[in-house]
Amino acid sequence: MAPPLDSLEVFKTFQQRLAKGRKADHRTIVVSAGACGLASGAQKLIEALQAEMHDEDTAAQVAMRVTGCHGFCELEPSLLVEPEGTFYPRVAVKQVGRLVKAVACGEVVTDLLWTDPDTGKPVARMEDLPFYRKQLRKIMGRNEKIDPVRVESYIENGGYAALVKVVEKGNPDWVVEEVVRSGLRGRGGAGFPTGVKWRLLAKRPGREHKFLVCNADEGDPGAYMDRSILEGNPHCILEGMLIGAYATGATQGILYIRNEYPLAIAHVRTALEQAYEQGLLGNHILGTEFCFDIQIVQGAGAFVCGEETALIRSIEGKMGEPRQRPPFPIQQGIHGEPTCINNVETWANIPLIMLEGAENYAGTGTSGSAGTKVFSLVGKIKNTGLVEVPMGITIREIVYDIGGGAVDGASVKAVQTGGPSGGCIPVSRFDLPIDYDSLAKAGSIMGSGGMIVMDNHTCIVDVAKYFMGFLKDESCGKCYTCRKGTQRMYEILEDITEGRGRKEQLELLEELALVVKDTTMCGLGQTAANPVLSTLRYFREEYLEHIGNGRCPAGVCKALITYSINENCTGCGVCASNCPTEAIAGKRKERHSIDASKCIKCGNCRSACKFNAVEVV
Amino acid sequence: MNGMIHMTLNGLTVSVEAGMTILEAARFFGFPIPTLCHMEGLSPYGACRLCVVEIGEAPRSKLVSSCSYPVEEGLVVRTASARVLRARKMVLELLLASCPQSKVIQDLASEHDIRQQRFRQEHEDCILCGLCVRMCEEQMMAKAIGFRGRGEKRSIGTPFDVHSEECRLCGGCMYVCPACQLRCTYTEPDKAICGGCANISPPCVEKDPYDDMMCYMAPCVACEIKKD
Repeated sequence: MAPPLDSLEVFKTFQQRLAKGRKADHRTIVVSAGACGLASGAQKLIEALQAEMHDEDTAAQVAMRVTGCHGFCELEPSLLVEPEGTFYPRVAVKQVGRLVKAVACGEVVTDLLWTDPDTGKPVARMEDLPFYRKQLRKIMGRNEKIDPVRVESYIENGGYAALVKVVEKGNPDWVVEEVVRSGLRGRGGAGFPTGVKWRLLAKRPGREHKFLVCNADEGDPGAYMDRSILEGNPHCILEGMLIGAYATGATQGILYIRNEYPLAIAHVRTALEQAYEQGLLGNHILGTEFCFDIQIVQGAGAFVCGEETALIRSIEGKMGEPRQRPPFPIQQGIHGEPTCINNVETWANIPLIMLEGAENYAGTGTSGSAGTKVFSLVGKIKNTGLVEVPMGITIREIVYDIGGGAVDGASVKAVQTGGPSGGCIPVSRFDLPIDYDSLAKAGSIMGSGGMIVMDNHTCIVDVAKYFMGFLKDESCGKCYTCRKGTQRMYEILEDITEGRGRKEQLELLEELALVVKDTTMCGLGQTAANPVLSTLRYFREEYLEHIGNGRCPAGVCKALITYSINENCTGCGVCASNCPTEAIAGKRKERHSIDASKCIKCGNCRSACKFNAVEVV
Repeated sequence: MNGMIHMTLNGLTVSVEAGMTILEAARFFGFPIPTLCHMEGLSPYGACRLCVVEIGEAPRSKLVSSCSYPVEEGLVVRTASARVLRARKMVLELLLASCPQSKVIQDLASEHDIRQQRFRQEHEDCILCGLCVRMCEEQMMAKAIGFRGRGEKRSIGTPFDVHSEECRLCGGCMYVCPACQLRCTYTEPDKAICGGCANISPPCVEKDPYDDMMCYMAPCVACEIKKD
């Protein structure tokens, strides 16, 4: 247990002591136990490991550390052995015994390693996996080093050193200018320069308080990078906010976390308790005159509360609904006081900038977008997971080199970036470098970092309908054009997917989408038309195919497809036994047929057939 | 407020008081802007998006709701550009498709030359403009009704849908409603109120026998029609 860190000297001595105490050759099994790891069975793995290491001999040779997510969701639950960095994917409980014994002797269990599908050879070290090779894991990489519920673990790995550096320097203006020089832009989606925002806040006098908010209301479907940072490294957010408070003179901090993240809330709560106990938060931080408080506010599950003015109202206890800007939160935020809101990932970058210096930080990425960005790579792709890459990398590199391309011989068709209000980028534009401006030019947005991969079995109209359905439910409903506009766009998309679409509806859809984009008050509404506009821009043919020819090329829209059985059929009868409506008939060892009047197009037969005999037309 | 602000309004250089909204400034200089959820004496809300105007210079110009956007030094405003008119027409077409009974919306649509309605016809009553909510809170000091839910499920009503003790049956909510005026047919109590104010008992149906004196809406459109 750490002593109260009541002066900078005490902190430094403590940190040195921790660093010295670390045994470099001591083997540690690191368990990836973020929410995704736990969901795939990491808890059972932890229990098995504990049982295995019960005896003193093993315990003396091998230690265990439970950490947040390591990023490779596809292969959870995974283990990492330090110091070699050996990576074991999808570990089963029954393999634990063998593994621990091998680790204790310093051996590698070759048959449990990940096998490269291209070469057929096992790969031992984590950093040699193609998934990790092209990544630059400045933020995510700390997840496997830190036990999120122990502040000592964070301090041991260089935590709070950035805060100490800043406090020692004693010049808040320098901190603000350093962040400006670093070129860091808001990771929440809009990409506003963080340093400029801080400069504005630092200049504004508050009546009683100035607020800093960490926006952890991550609501985009398929995006979860903020969750994994909060779960895996909560102290780095606190440190970022402390540095922000020191730079801008803010006195109150609020972590707005959505209620759907119970583990993140628990870890942040523990981190806050520890930070207060150690004198890293509260009055006279590290024995100086600097005072700052942080509290947690739990969001109640409205997507729109990620919009900053709605978030402020939610913190005030009102209904989450955006209001007119200006006045901006920097001018009038929580209870009318100046408020600066930054995203989780933005805060996580702050300690890094302070430690490595603005110039070094700006060296990564492109001239307009510095640093790295974490994306959650999901959808129809081999390697799903959280990837952290330098800005300016192309979509192609992420999808094919890191993500490994499409699954089961399909071909990738497009990626959807930026969540429901982002847009689809077709495979023909995959050489686009990923930064704020290029994505905006291509009709999408960076957003918070969701990246959903679609293959040739994904119907673009259906995707647009899905996102529009999400937005119509999650629009706050204040602006008429957003509320009714999303409903009407959904209605038209529904017509098209159900075979009732008319050519003039497509024009109406486009006209309406442009007006919704133009006339709505907040960012959610202004981007709500993006799923329609970007798919119309790149996949108009597919829309026309639905309307003009009554065909769904991807074979998704039920009203436009029919199932049939071709000559590949061996008459095994598996399709018939899987059919819930008894629509399939045929003699054994003879080609079967589907009765279209009974068929409900559930697709069971197609997924059950081993001979590719079920076709969709 | 603190002094005057200089801005360009439809090509004219004008100076207006700081703290005004674009709508107030435009109306002061005689430029008409249609509104639906705006009412003098109630705080601006910006829900109907009918009062949008274009600010800034192309290509970075954008549309904002003039009722809620404050005037700024050097602001360039166009109240009736092609982009603005296109947006307004679409808003009205949407309104007309969902709430065709409202006389206010019919008149606005006719003024703006809406000759077609391309969406599937609906018969909703409440357009959630929030005039009643603000009237109740800001002028009647009652706060008996408010918004609930979001997206499609957003509605106006009393907490927990029970009769509110805060409601003094003043009828202010119905008086300001742009959508329900024609639907208050007092002799048929069950049809008397529109969806938006379903949980507020209007004075004319509460009293039995119906006592015209209780109705503060003089003249009540419904009563007038009944007389004819």
